[in-house]
Amino acid sequence: MSKKIVVLGGGTGGTLIANRLRRMLGGSTAEIVVIDPDDDHVYQPGLLFVPFGKAEPGSLARSRHRQFRPGITFRQATVDRVDLDRNEVLLADGSPVTYDVLVVATGARLIPEETDGLTGPGWMEKIFTFYTLDGAVALRRALAEFDGGRLAVAVMDMPVKCPVAPLEFCFLADAYFRERGIRDKVDLTYVTPLDGAFTKPVCNRQLSGLLKDKGVSVITEFNTGEVDGAGGRLVSFDGREVSFDLAVVIPLHGGQSYVERSPGLGDELGFVPVDQQTLQSKARPNVFVVGDAADIPTSKAGSVAHFEGEVVARNITRYLAGEPLDGAFDGHTNCFIESGSGKALLIDFNYDTEPLTGRFPGPIGLPLLRQSRLNHLGKLAFGWLYWHVLLPGREIPGVHGRMPAAGKHLPSASR
Amino acid sequence: MPTVTYAGTQVTVNDEGFFTDPAQWREDMAPLIARQEGISELTERHWQVIKFMRHEYDTKGSGPTVRVLGKTSGVSVRELYQLFPHGPAKEAAKIAGIPKPRGCV
Repeated sequence: MSKKIVVLGGGTGGTLIANRLRRMLGGSTAEIVVIDPDDDHVYQPGLLFVPFGKAEPGSLARSRHRQFRPGITFRQATVDRVDLDRNEVLLADGSPVTYDVLVVATGARLIPEETDGLTGPGWMEKIFTFYTLDGAVALRRALAEFDGGRLAVAVMDMPVKCPVAPLEFCFLADAYFRERGIRDKVDLTYVTPLDGAFTKPVCNRQLSGLLKDKGVSVITEFNTGEVDGAGGRLVSFDGREVSFDLAVVIPLHGGQSYVERSPGLGDELGFVPVDQQTLQSKARPNVFVVGDAADIPTSKAGSVAHFEGEVVARNITRYLAGEPLDGAFDGHTNCFIESGSGKALLIDFNYDTEPLTGRFPGPIGLPLLRQSRLNHLGKLAFGWLYWHVLLPGREIPGVHGRMPAAGKHLPSASR
Repeated sequence: MPTVTYAGTQVTVNDEGFFTDPAQWREDMAPLIARQEGISELTERHWQVIKFMRHEYDTKGSGPTVRVLGKTSGVSVRELYQLFPHGPAKEAAKIAGIPKPRGCV
């Protein structure tokens, strides 16, 4: 009998898992339905470039439904909640959609209103975020008019999508103001709740050095409690202050609100607890998660969703066949870090191995954790790969789901 | 691994002073660790947070972040900072004898 797979979310994770499953399962084996409230698929890695005029907003969005293989049903609808006991998704209009397997791929949600004052006076006037298309476009205008003073780039709290993006923003801002000839009039300050630029030691040293070289001041362990737009200051919970003329903030993130309305599905922040290896939810065996919606300790990034895709698709087909799950995700993450002036770094890591120097994906390959023109070209090429390889659920030639050790300078202790 | 003696018992800690084995922790050690952190007296509110941290660690295997503490412990983030001025998640974890909460990547 045909089974029904319902995928919530038509973004990176939802699209690639639906396409992978459609290829693996015949039409008579499974019906696949993807549900999303809108039909705009935004290439999120491109948002970083919009404020600097290096990407046009119109070029970043495409239709969601056009990214699906034939034989996948797209339903444009808002989800009210999931009833795990009845294997049912309830839509906002009250209609139920039953499932045999549910895939949660609704990512993370920005919650600027959870920080005191952030959406008050000054929001979208002198306080912006580039994590939305509207925000990135508005910030472009504000940057163009900015002719000096302190630009504070502030992360409200972890987790955030693409945790290197705020650092990349600092690097690109440095280059941008240099090109405009006003770098000496701009004080660039990076404000983070972490105790360094990045959580992992080797990468932290590298990125901290780069921030220093580019004259970016770093304020660490700053947990923003309030954003005072009128007064132009960030105030931390422990009473410290950072004044600003222009602020670029990364708002708090959480899971989608329907997760919070679905008893038993999510955690305190609305993310869905899963087994770190199989990506099967801890709530029910017939619920799986792909991408940012999961509570696993990886970066919230498209590459993670891509590497998870192979594992989750395999586990779902085995689950439907009544076989034990054997797909195991290793936490593999791969990020290009744009460092300005046509160069970029590349980092590649997993649950157990921090980002190291070396080359990727093997001894002959892109340089890891080092600025190079080649990595910048890699980042640009990634835009094409995203639409034509990642979303269709295919493998990038030479790049596998599991993190490669060859090419990396592993510390001898962990060999 | 360094060792420290609290209330007559030797325990193993990491370089930053976090317990490596939470089972070695006892309640009578908490005031001593707190004093090292500059907190002279543990009030009932401190204990509410410490016990919550222990409970979270026992059920989930890691200590909660400040934001999660603020949502679930019954103590607001503002008050958490008043109780544990050097960063509630880290300081309360240290006093509660559990490992440093995992930073998100």
